[in-house]
Amino acid sequence: MSDEANLFAQQQSNRRRSTWLTIGFVLFFAWVGFGGDLAFGLLTADAAPGAYRHVVPLFGIFSTLAAAGICWYSWRHGAERVLWATGAWELIEPGTPEQKQLVNVVEEMAIASGLPKPRIWIVPDADPNAFATGRDAATASIAVTEGLLGKLSRDELQAVIAHEMAHVRNLDVRLMTLLAGMVGAIALMSDGMGRTLRYGRWSGGGRGGGRQGGGKGGNPLGLIILVLWLLTLVIAPVISRLLAMTVSRKREYLADATGAQLTRNPMALATALEKLELATEATRSITRGAAHLCIVDPAPGVMSSKEGFLADVLASHPPIRQRIVRLRGMAYQQAKREPAGAVSPP
Amino acid sequence: MSTIILLAIIGGIVLWVIGAYNGLVALKNQVVNGWKQIDVQLKRRHDLIPNLVSTVKGAMDFERSTLDAVISARNRAIGATGVRQTAQAEGELTQALGRLFALTEAYPELKATGNVAQLQEELTSTENKIGFARQLYNDVATQYNTKQMQFPTNLVAGLAKASPAELWEIEDGAERAVPVVDLSLNKPAS
Repeated sequence: MSDEANLFAQQQSNRRRSTWLTIGFVLFFAWVGFGGDLAFGLLTADAAPGAYRHVVPLFGIFSTLAAAGICWYSWRHGAERVLWATGAWELIEPGTPEQKQLVNVVEEMAIASGLPKPRIWIVPDADPNAFATGRDAATASIAVTEGLLGKLSRDELQAVIAHEMAHVRNLDVRLMTLLAGMVGAIALMSDGMGRTLRYGRWSGGGRGGGRQGGGKGGNPLGLIILVLWLLTLVIAPVISRLLAMTVSRKREYLADATGAQLTRNPMALATALEKLELATEATRSITRGAAHLCIVDPAPGVMSSKEGFLADVLASHPPIRQRIVRLRGMAYQQAKREPAGAVSPP
Repeated sequence: MSTIILLAIIGGIVLWVIGAYNGLVALKNQVVNGWKQIDVQLKRRHDLIPNLVSTVKGAMDFERSTLDAVISARNRAIGATGVRQTAQAEGELTQALGRLFALTEAYPELKATGNVAQLQEELTSTENKIGFARQLYNDVATQYNTKQMQFPTNLVAGLAKASPAELWEIEDGAERAVPVVDLSLNKPAS
């Protein structure tokens, strides 16, 4: 009963966060747009008559609409785009025994979690990794890399899939997929804006002297807002990525625990994570924008193995060592509770 | 005034009876559905076994008794009715299959064809599914049983024709463990 209550609370929290994330995202773009309008408006307010005055907040209207569009797109097609970006193909008719086993394991976990069977995708990459994406259980997809299929035993594969099903059941996938779309959009926007501004400065350099002369007593407020505005553009990609990582990190432990509960076999996930940790090669197919979706960090840098404040802020995943220790603890508790190797429903 | 209060009380009781009745019926349907989930997997398991037997028959001719045990356990499992009887028959089938797979280890040529490995994977998966479906079934059945015994829902239980659902009990210790047919992990014990 309390499990159900936990699950419900977790789903509620993910729904709420998804809503707030969307609102925050649109507000951010509104600020980028209208802030820019305000800065340029104030700067051109005392321009000579006949010269250009920025009165209509075109940037603001445009960027707010664009943000709403991006949100809608992330909501409708986020999962497809994430899968597309990794080059995954959908497994419908399993050809090899390994693929057949994957389909079987996913079906088993669907029954165990009481959810419809998700779509299965395979990412052509030799490094073992896996992720889940989608809006809810009905539209969920689980993707694994080819390397994962080769390296893990059946029980370990089951544990990894259970971890992903836990993300689906907790509705983590909704928040994570939205985040993936938004992180990508912000990175794109920041790059694009940076380029435009640089280009603008160069092209404006010729007549810049004249304007500078005219706006000598230019509005200081306008300048301040302009600086703030530029600053936002510079740090937005960093902030958005940090946000994605924070959100993901907290959910990994929970998904580990729920997954172990589904298979009733915490040790299998522990050994699977050990194998994933040993594979130090980066998962090249999975780009940074989707890193927070994966079971282990696709670009294992120094951060995913360290502990401490910096690692807490900069890693998208908790240290694998710590996750393994927790799972081993669960296995130990289970063994203590059920001395004869018995398994009872929780 | 007092008639209005009386009416309100009666109305409240009627609404509660409707709610409790519907709740019980919904749970009952969940139990039935949970059982169907198990049944689908059991049927699949029963269908897989003749394939397995005919694949290994030629190579394992002198292990006749083990094969016969599997076949008869399967037939008993198909004939079983009711939760308790089914649970027992399926448990015996699991054990017979375990022995059979233990023996196939001694026949590398069987493994080499790939067919047995495939059937073994299918049977393992089916057993896992039965296990998970059983857990789900026991959960909803327990919920249903508790509901119809608790006061005041028990007053409506007769009206909703609710009777305690039988749980799928696991009888002996060997069956209690999650069935492992994968023998790369377990060397044959018998």
